[in-house]
Amino acid sequence: MSDTVIQACDLSKKYVISHERQAGYATLRETLVSSAARLGRRMARAFTSPTQLEADPSHEEIWALRDVSFDVKQGGRLGIIGRNGAGKSTLLKILSRITDPTAGRVVIRGRVASLLEVGTGFHPELTGRENIYLNGAILGMTRSEIKEKFDEIVAFSEVENFLDTPLKRYSSGMQVRLAFAVAAHLDPEILVVDEVLAVGDFAFQKKCLGKMRDVARGGRTVLFVSHDMGAINTLCERALLLHAGSVVTTGNTREVVARYLESADEVYSPLREAVQGCGELRLIATNAMQDGRPAKFLDCRRPFSIFIEYEVLRVVRNSRLFVMFRNAKGEIVFGTCDYDDPTEQALYRQPGRFLSSFTVPGRLLKTGPLYGTVGMDVRGERVVFGAADVIKIELYEPSADTHSERHQRDGAVAPLLQWTMTPVADRGDQSPQDPTLVESSSGADLARK
Amino acid sequence: MSSDILVIEAGRTEREYWKDLWRYRELFYFLAWRDILVRYKQTAVGVAWSVLRPLLTMIVFTVVFGKLAKLPAYGVPYALLVLAGMLPWQLFSNAMQEGSSTLVVNSNLITKIYFPRLIAPVSTVVVSLVDFLISMAILACFMAWYRVAPGASLLALPFFLALVVAASLAATCWLSALTVKYRDFRFVVPFIVQFGLYVSPVAFSSRIVPEKWRLLYSLNPMVGAIDGFRWAVLGGRVQISWPGVFISIGVVAALLSGGVWYFRRTERGFADVI
Repeated sequence: MSDTVIQACDLSKKYVISHERQAGYATLRETLVSSAARLGRRMARAFTSPTQLEADPSHEEIWALRDVSFDVKQGGRLGIIGRNGAGKSTLLKILSRITDPTAGRVVIRGRVASLLEVGTGFHPELTGRENIYLNGAILGMTRSEIKEKFDEIVAFSEVENFLDTPLKRYSSGMQVRLAFAVAAHLDPEILVVDEVLAVGDFAFQKKCLGKMRDVARGGRTVLFVSHDMGAINTLCERALLLHAGSVVTTGNTREVVARYLESADEVYSPLREAVQGCGELRLIATNAMQDGRPAKFLDCRRPFSIFIEYEVLRVVRNSRLFVMFRNAKGEIVFGTCDYDDPTEQALYRQPGRFLSSFTVPGRLLKTGPLYGTVGMDVRGERVVFGAADVIKIELYEPSADTHSERHQRDGAVAPLLQWTMTPVADRGDQSPQDPTLVESSSGADLARK
Repeated sequence: MSSDILVIEAGRTEREYWKDLWRYRELFYFLAWRDILVRYKQTAVGVAWSVLRPLLTMIVFTVVFGKLAKLPAYGVPYALLVLAGMLPWQLFSNAMQEGSSTLVVNSNLITKIYFPRLIAPVSTVVVSLVDFLISMAILACFMAWYRVAPGASLLALPFFLALVVAASLAATCWLSALTVKYRDFRFVVPFIVQFGLYVSPVAFSSRIVPEKWRLLYSLNPMVGAIDGFRWAVLGGRVQISWPGVFISIGVVAALLSGGVWYFRRTERGFADVI
């Protein structure tokens, strides 16, 4: 236990929310009397404990954290994940000594630096140079430290030309870069970061994540809160999942992230009858599965399957069951139907209940949400049935470094393709060898992986 | 690596607090530096404002109280009487005005960064001290002009300056902590400043207050402080009431310790309430 740097025991935090009743008061006298009574109570309480309030119907108690306990060893990187309102930021505030816990204790060994917001303390009237000093001092650096690291900070933020202009003339991107540059050069034993990577463009995010990895590699302890599962997977080896103020689970990052994503949404979506039927076809349910488990959040590197359960009421000849996928931008990414590579049963449709499925290869699609429209048409002539956006899945990239850029490129898909390179000797006009013929297995690899 | 162990617990008083204040000492300088810089950027008048403000007030007071009301100056040029009274008063009132709202104005710092919160009101006193030093230069010029040389009483100047600073600290501690919870204090403070300006012996000598009321009058801590400051600067020409000074010291000591106590007590809840 001697190298445990953070040890939290039953941390709890209670907030009191006041509900100011907006009921219209009947008379001015009532208003004045009730105000006077409230003022009297408040004055009396001013000299007792300032953060406690008596049981009062207009005050509601909310436990932001309840009995949270965990350990972090020296050099450990702990990711803290959970839905909005789970208590992540409150936990960080307690660790940063910004607010006191209501109960419980935490023992910390070493200097803590917190990055709960970028650009805290920046003043728009001061120049970039002055703000670097100011922000650095506020974050806990001494003047000599800031002077030493000044050039590095400026180089990281790429605002050399604007150092002596007031900050209010900077674009918001420049301000964020400068703010993170200062924070990135803190040198604490324990670094606590709260969702600050959600700002800035892609290149900048990559830089920040890289810098945080360097900090972690240097033996520092890092606590990282984020909604970006890719970043959490890359940076942290352990994770803590919070829900409604309590710890759900803690342990190896992959497992905790998987647990979080599973619980994030209901997986099996039964459909409303009225919309999903017509005389010929009744759609019962749709489902997405990956690695043998139902999931709505899918790893874009591995194949996944879509299952559609439906009932054929009346046979329509030459009918095709199709699914068209569109992305969040509204572009159609691709469409597929059971007539493309048909089985016997699809060619000669019978009435009855069926479960159809298809498998989408991995390493092909871009990350982000995908909405599937299920329908039935007659060989491209008329649409017999259609249910829009009944399949909702989201693809994510499990490793956020070199692969993330692929998903930002133009194009509806982002296939991960195998490239070959061979030196060319002077061979006259011999045509180049087709690598897919030479190594004929690579085409099948794409579908198998 | 460092072996400092920190225990965070509900209701636990920070024994480390004073050590922390030392560790964060550069923040005193930086917050004061920021406020001063910001004040003078983008103002056409700029630094000259530190000179103009006391100068113009002095002129007005001298004319109104000296020439028109013809209040006695007891052997010193009225302008000097007023100026010597205004310096400590402006130190106190500026600190009080800026200091009372400092926590609320810096609420983004309070909710996102840890530092010993006492630094915030103290740095506003530092800013006022800087203005004070500039005004001292003006006072020196005027004393040279009127050919009034300071006497041995000048040695007591640091002491009375410390008294004024202590009074300012007391006021900022109380008011900044109270303003966090009760925003009404933002309106109370300008009134106290206006009221205090006429009640304290800034524009007149406290000798015009009748003897029987003198002791009660001295309950205003600035009375003893301003009188003492004036005496230190202008020499024995201006009389000083020592009982008044002692009452002042007592009141300031009580207010300062009370202020620090109240501030430390409520400090924990700042981030939740602000």
